[in-house]
Amino acid sequence: MQAAIGKVRSRGSARSGAGTWKAQRFTAIANLLLVLWFVVNAIAMAGSAYAEWVAWFHSPLTAALMILLVLSTCYHARIGLQEVVEDYVHHEIGKVAILVGITLVAALLATAGVVSVLMIALGG
Amino acid sequence: MAQGARPLSPHLQIYRWYLTMALSIGHRASGVALTVGLVLFIWWLVALAGGPESFAVVQAVMHNFFGWLVLFGFTAALFFHAANGVRHLVWDAGYGFDKEVARQSAIVTLAVAGGLTILFWLLVLIVA
Repeated sequence: MQAAIGKVRSRGSARSGAGTWKAQRFTAIANLLLVLWFVVNAIAMAGSAYAEWVAWFHSPLTAALMILLVLSTCYHARIGLQEVVEDYVHHEIGKVAILVGITLVAALLATAGVVSVLMIALGG
Repeated sequence: MAQGARPLSPHLQIYRWYLTMALSIGHRASGVALTVGLVLFIWWLVALAGGPESFAVVQAVMHNFFGWLVLFGFTAALFFHAANGVRHLVWDAGYGFDKEVARQSAIVTLAVAGGLTILFWLLVLIVA
């Protein structure tokens, strides 16, 4: 097993770019549909009090689509931020540190979002 | 960079601004802004899960001029990023690369994004 010298020096293709590219488009299409759904409901719910929001989350459809919305947007945001950082941050260690940070924060936000939706949906 | 300072190609400050370029940069800028909005959205979910007290904190923080301004900017960035995202998906499918078509789709994108933002807040004001 030999690795290409370009890859060793972090200058070659990681051979995974197309997968990320596709994931960015898939989540973009999912975001379009899910955000449209949320925006329509947010308008209908405008000015609602705490209890009304909680009641809305008790619908399984709401909970399911909210979880998908959280996951899709967090994943899409992570890919997009990574792209921006890779283009503009040229300090190698700094770049890796920021990318690790973005991934961890995205995972934290996604988890917090999903747990929250489940808590609201299943709560009394 | 590992290989030292290489000569760089001209960047943003060299070129005359034009519409398609502004939208390209705007797509990135709005995307970055939307990640801040995403943090607010998750904060809202966590507060809702936390109960009436934590939800009241979110409402207290957001129900003022500055809060509404942030939310308005958030929706403007959202509708722009969505509209321009559709434009990008059309490009990905292989259509609309002609220079004049790209300029026209940029104008349509701005009109749709602005229109949806205004429509959203009008409807919110009517419903709320």
